[in-house]
Amino acid sequence: MPDEHRRGGGGGRGGRGGQRGGAKQDMTQRRSLFRRRKVCKFCADKIDYIDYKDVRMLTPFVPERGKILPRRISGVCAAHQRKLQTAIKRARQLALVPYVTD
Amino acid sequence: MNGQRQYELVYLVSPQATEQDVTDLHAQVEATIARFGAQLAKTENWGRRKLAYEIGGHKEGTYVLEVIDGGGDVMKEIDRRLRVNEQVLRHLVVRVDEELRAAERTRTRRQVEAQRRAARRPAPPPQPEAARAPEGEGEGELGQEPEA
Repeated sequence: MPDEHRRGGGGGRGGRGGQRGGAKQDMTQRRSLFRRRKVCKFCADKIDYIDYKDVRMLTPFVPERGKILPRRISGVCAAHQRKLQTAIKRARQLALVPYVTD
Repeated sequence: MNGQRQYELVYLVSPQATEQDVTDLHAQVEATIARFGAQLAKTENWGRRKLAYEIGGHKEGTYVLEVIDGGGDVMKEIDRRLRVNEQVLRHLVVRVDEELRAAERTRTRRQVEAQRRAARRPAPPPQPEAARAPEGEGEGELGQEPEA
């Protein structure tokens, strides 16, 4: 749940900031005010094995389009992202998770 | 290389197949396992589920999970049989023993780490370095642990 907050909010703010004029001060301020520290969900929950059978765990990392959520957005650490990646790919083979959706 | 490996097998049966077909299929897998002298560690029938995408015009199917302890030859045979069977829309064989062992290892490592940290914590440190040094020497075992 906190993931979604961050994702939606961050994108919107970034877009607006780009259009504004003297944005330097704006930017530093925004950094300190709004950017929450991203924490790897799997590290926080102490999940060692990402199971491809557990669809509930995987779906937050497969957005509507069906692509795997990049870790720069989700905040997942590199080690867990690698495991997540294989888990999602396995789940895809079994039609538990989509390859693509339009 | 340990002789015993663990595999997870998930197969997806067509929605047109009856309950009986699914149990027959399971019996067939079981027979193959027995023939090769392997063990069936667990079975789970997930029942009918919606598919994430259409497979051959089907929108749902029955999932069955089997956890098997045995060698590669069993899985090869089961894989071949499932591939031939037309009622099986998808199947996946994954070797899990090593992954589970790795997960177990990180879990124990974390527990050890947590215990060590908990043992170190009782000294409420206004200056961490100053507080930690006498604590470690006082308890004896704590002083040894980081080196070992």
